[in-house]
This record gives sequence, C-alpha cells and structure tokens, in this order.
Amino acid sequence: MPVTRGFGGGLRRGRPDRLPPGQYDTGKDWPVLTAEAQPDLDPEQWTMTVDGLVDSPRTWSWRALHALPGSSYVGDIHCVTTWSMLDTTFAGVSVDTLLELAGPRPEAAYVLAHSTTGYTTNLPLADLTGGRAWLAWEYDGRPLAPEHGGPVRLLVPHLYFWKSAKWITRLELMAHDRPGFWEQNGYHDRGDPWMEQRYQGDP
Amino acid sequence: MSVAPVGPWTTGRLVELERPSDRLLRLRLEVADRVDHLPGQHYVLRLRAEDGYTAQRSYSVASDPADPLLELMVECLPGGEVSGFLHDVAEAGDVFELRGPIGGWFVWDGDVDAVCIGGGTGVVPLVSMLRHARRIGAADRLRVVAVARTLAELPYAAELLEAGALVALTRENLGDRVAHPPYPDELAPLVEDVTRAYVCGSVGFASFATRLLGEVGVRSESIRVEQFGASGVSA
Repeated sequence: MPVTRGFGGGLRRGRPDRLPPGQYDTGKDWPVLTAEAQPDLDPEQWTMTVDGLVDSPRTWSWRALHALPGSSYVGDIHCVTTWSMLDTTFAGVSVDTLLELAGPRPEAAYVLAHSTTGYTTNLPLADLTGGRAWLAWEYDGRPLAPEHGGPVRLLVPHLYFWKSAKWITRLELMAHDRPGFWEQNGYHDRGDPWMEQRYQGDP
Repeated sequence: MSVAPVGPWTTGRLVELERPSDRLLRLRLEVADRVDHLPGQHYVLRLRAEDGYTAQRSYSVASDPADPLLELMVECLPGGEVSGFLHDVAEAGDVFELRGPIGGWFVWDGDVDAVCIGGGTGVVPLVSMLRHARRIGAADRLRVVAVARTLAELPYAAELLEAGALVALTRENLGDRVAHPPYPDELAPLVEDVTRAYVCGSVGFASFATRLLGEVGVRSESIRVEQFGASGVSA
C-alpha cells in the first residue's frame, strides 16, 4: 500500500490520543480469544433475559429483540491482550433500551453478564448505560460470526473487551459486585483501558 | 432493500479538495476498483508513514452512488491526527488507502418513505441519501432535518436549504426562525406516513433526536441510529 506523502515525518500526535497505554493497532485482523468452546447457537432457540434487581424481569426472543429500535457503534475496541482495533462498526440494540423496559431498582449497582456457555463477567451498571453498551449481532455490515460471539454478544467498547461477553443470554442486576469468570482469575473488576486496569490491584 | 455492499482495502486519488469553512474539508476521490456504496455507508481512510505506522478514521460518504467520484466531508478536530493531516497537508494528486463501503444498517436506497435527522457532521450521510433521492426521482420519499449550532458550522448548508430540508439552528436565528432545537410541531408534518427514521450525530444528539421522534409518534422499531464519537476519554 502506498506511503502517504508528507505523513509521519514528525510527531505522532494521534497515537497517544487514540490508543490506550500499552495497546497496539491490530489493523483489521481481529484475533479470536475465548475461554471455552464455541457454541453453535440457533437464534430461534436463543433468548435474552434481563432480571435480578429490576421491576419487571424480561425475556426477549431473537425476533422480539430485532423489533426494538436499532442502534450502532462506530469506534474502537481494546483487548486486554494489548490489541486494539480501530474504526469498527457494530449494530444491534442499545442496552439502555432493554434496561428501560425492565426498570432497574434503585439498589441495583452492578451487573453480571451471562453467556450461554456459562461464561460470566461483572460490570458496574453505570458502564452499561448512557449509550455506551449494546447487544450486537452485526459487525462491519455482516452478521456477527460465531467465533466473535455470534449470533449476538455484549458490546461495551469503552472497557477491555473481555467485558463484552460473547454469546450473551442474560444480564443479572445486583446490589453488590460479584466477580465473573476472568475476574475470579485475577482480572480487574472494571477494566478501563485508559487507566490500564488489566489485573486485580491495578488502580 | 438491497444487500449493503462491503468493499475491501483499495486506494483513492484525491482529485478535488475544498475548505467550505475553517473546520470542514470536502474531499473528492477517484477510488480504484470502487464498489458502489448505498447512501448512508462510510469509508475508512488510512494514512501510512514510511516506517509502516498507520492512522485511520471512518468518514461518511456524501456522494450519490452514481457520482464518478467518492465525496467525503471531514470535520477537522482539534489535535485530530487524520483530520489535522488532511486539513494541513493533503493536496490534489495525493493517494490514500481507503476501505469501503462499510455498514449495512444505516442505509437508505429509496425503498421506503423516510425521515432523517442529522446533527452537525451527522448530516453527511443524509446528503448522500438526498442526492440519491433527487437523482432517482424519489425526493418526495425522503424528508431531511438538519440541526447545527450555526449555519457556518452546518456542512452542505446551502444544498440542504435549497433541497427544502428543515434546518434548525440552535445558536443563531435563520430567517424568522428563532434559535432553538427542532420543535415537535416542526417535525410532526415531516413524519406523516414515513415507515423509517434515521438519526445520525453524536451520542447526545442521537438520544435527543430519538426522543423527539418518539414524541411525534414514530414507532421506535422504525428508527435506525448511527452515533459517532471516540470510545475513550478524548473525543
């Protein structure tokens, strides 16, 4: 590919702005990292549940979820294994939409995200609200591939990507934090890439 | 609705560039082996240094698919690595790496009656839809609402006004319209009989516009949102 005339001779101004500390740009090569075998999910059999500390626990079928207002994300994702992928495009539904329908109780402060595989990850409820989290079934205009969590995964792009649970099936709202799969294995409870919260004990 | 095309990495030669304002840069590129886009899709533009270092950003397409050139409108962000380079250094004849078209959700090809609301540079994909609508004789199927702080900050302001878009400025008056975000009363006649709504802008703008559409009776499942903004601390 051609070198851009006049680019790169001086200060790499954008690099610290765009890439969190310790991350590199993987280009469009999306590494596959999973802790368990990739499930073969039939969307017609799959359901999504929001329960725990909510006023009305809800379960959606694949079809019902697609009938909700759609929402997309264009931006970067960051994996704790130090790759970042820039300018990704995901489409699905905003987690705000699901929470609005379920109605979190005032005491709800944390969420445990459950995958069909039994994988779990914990997040502060605040990180799933405000237009910052999605259930995504489309990547770059195509159905999300099973190895990347298809048919549908959680997407929380402002946190390290292990928080974006693949094959998501349930969000459980809780009053107290409860460590998920990687968190029990030494990874950070929040995972903000800009603060390099990779492991338990990081600030 | 046609299936949205996805294009691989290719190159584009800058044929024309224009600076409509201090912060806006209009690029027109000749794309090698171009895959025609659907209105609403975007491209990634990548800069490459001699040592292989790269920087890339996504930009919405403003041109009609039938335009022989690909038109992008780039907002120059303070300290923006790619937009700053394009603004300061790029000139006609330069060649860039491009990937596109990308995005299959936020597209309109004239198949349904639609209303679209864009905030700031969020109007760019709507301009592509508008140009497409006029070319295929479907202008009556697309109603456009453009929101900006001032007319000078609104990309394609003259073209939008000329096409009959509702232009709502929030910081300055426009004719006899006093500065204000769009009112439900202004939007209501535009959403009659539409079966789809498009919203494009920042996260904050998207939630405002989605709420407004709900207030005037647009069913939430017919709304398609494209929001932009960096994922990290620096926008």
